[in-house]
Amino acid sequence: MMSELYQDLILDHNRAPRNRRVIEHPSHEADGHNPLCGDQIHVYAVVRDGIVEDVSFVGQGCAISTASASLMTEALRGRTVEEAEAIFQRFHAMLTDDAAIEGFPEDGLDKLQAFAGVREYPMRVKCATLAWHTLHAALAGDGRVSTE
Amino acid sequence: MALAALESTREQFPILKETIRGKRLVYLDNAASTQKPDVVIDTISDYYRHSHANVHRGVHALSQRATDQFEHARRLLQGFINAREDAEVVFTKGSTEAINLVAASWGRTFLQPGDRIMLTEMEHHANIVPWQVVAQQTGAEIIVVPILDDGSLDMEAMAKLLDERVKMVGVTHVSNVLGTVNPILEITQMAHAVGAKVLVDGAQALGHLRMDVQAAGVDFYTMASHKMYGPTGIGALYGRRELLDAMPPYQLGGGMIRSVTFEKTTYAALPDKFEPGTPNIADAIGLGAAIEFLSPRLEDAHHLESELTLYTHERLSEIPGLKIHGTAPGKAGTISFTMADVHPHDIGTILDSEGVAVRAGHHCCQPLMARLGVAATARASLALYNTREDIDVLASALRRVREVFGL
Repeated sequence: MMSELYQDLILDHNRAPRNRRVIEHPSHEADGHNPLCGDQIHVYAVVRDGIVEDVSFVGQGCAISTASASLMTEALRGRTVEEAEAIFQRFHAMLTDDAAIEGFPEDGLDKLQAFAGVREYPMRVKCATLAWHTLHAALAGDGRVSTE
Repeated sequence: MALAALESTREQFPILKETIRGKRLVYLDNAASTQKPDVVIDTISDYYRHSHANVHRGVHALSQRATDQFEHARRLLQGFINAREDAEVVFTKGSTEAINLVAASWGRTFLQPGDRIMLTEMEHHANIVPWQVVAQQTGAEIIVVPILDDGSLDMEAMAKLLDERVKMVGVTHVSNVLGTVNPILEITQMAHAVGAKVLVDGAQALGHLRMDVQAAGVDFYTMASHKMYGPTGIGALYGRRELLDAMPPYQLGGGMIRSVTFEKTTYAALPDKFEPGTPNIADAIGLGAAIEFLSPRLEDAHHLESELTLYTHERLSEIPGLKIHGTAPGKAGTISFTMADVHPHDIGTILDSEGVAVRAGHHCCQPLMARLGVAATARASLALYNTREDIDVLASALRRVREVFGL
């Protein structure tokens, strides 16, 4: 069961997070905070003509939240804002909604399937979704988000 | 001998037979809440089955029975902490409400601009935030006693900071993160020498060590039933009568008045003055049962937990990269630790998969986390039913954390 949650992919993205960097002139950005564990994240995005051209994050958190942020940046780059929003909704549903366990079979998003195991640990859903909620807030123009 | 007696005690906690994710439950989250013995569970159930009615007001037999049991529980608590009289024991929801009661009632009445409230760096948010609010309301100022690197309170710093401006010292008896047991008698003597009152947060203490509020000279002492084998939702405030008598009510309503007209209300005597509304009767009685369970075992439990604390430190120190936060001499069985750069929540989840329940987070002690230079810790905390085998399982589960993270 533990190997399902802490898969190599998640451990790899925790050890070497992708796109953990500051974007100097983002079109959108937001702070995310999980008051339960004190985790802080800042998400940057560059959106042009409705396309998420770049997305990155900085911050410290647990393996689940760091890997989720890293894989999110890879999954969403080059998507339209609408696509990014839809993927966020599906990701959230995969972690919380019993009816939505089909997850992410398609190419380019299949890595997100690694987080399906978080469903077994409801206390950790907020860790896995912090970066996503923060990007969602950034795109919506809200500067701050808390998982509370 | 004693340990054999406690062995059979373990059998009295039905929840310890649970399996978690297919593994035997190893419950090491006792500083958050202890489990309940049969006698507490049964007492509450029996009360509802045979004795329930509202207290203090019925002329009928059941009301008398409920009142008798409720007041008996108060006297058990009085005896347990050696309060001078039972009226000095006020039932509250828990330790948090007890602190809020003193901060709001005593603080707003007696604090003035320029007065100081002395807290410590290891306080739980529950013994910080109520004082911050009352400081804002009264113009009083909060000062903070630092800790030493081993997690002991810096008594020299406290002595330097204590002067006539300090009117209240709020200090925890046992740290919920470091396990440090603070020298309460020494603190009350120092504080009283400059005319300050002392409130001791006893939430983490009463389930593990014997407290005599008169001998220790405390002015206020707060208690949490669910951390001492009793039910949740009940606790108590001990206050010296002269202080409680001088304080206005904290909450207002029925059962706490002597007479009401629309022009004027006079309040009931202690402890009713501080217990408006229908109290948590069943859980107060359950707390009484917990005290009857705990009190005869307390010295043995203290002895066992002290040994087990040393054993835990020993076993955890063998794990490479693991750092224990809080090594004060004579510490209680609360062992906080971090492990290389593995986040405590990841530690907690992996331990959970091995059936081991610990706490991970800031433990409502963010100022202390800042002092320790960590965002969070994992915390194993002991109770009288824990065994060396439990600690062995913890240690091997922690090795599993190292494996998962490739350390």
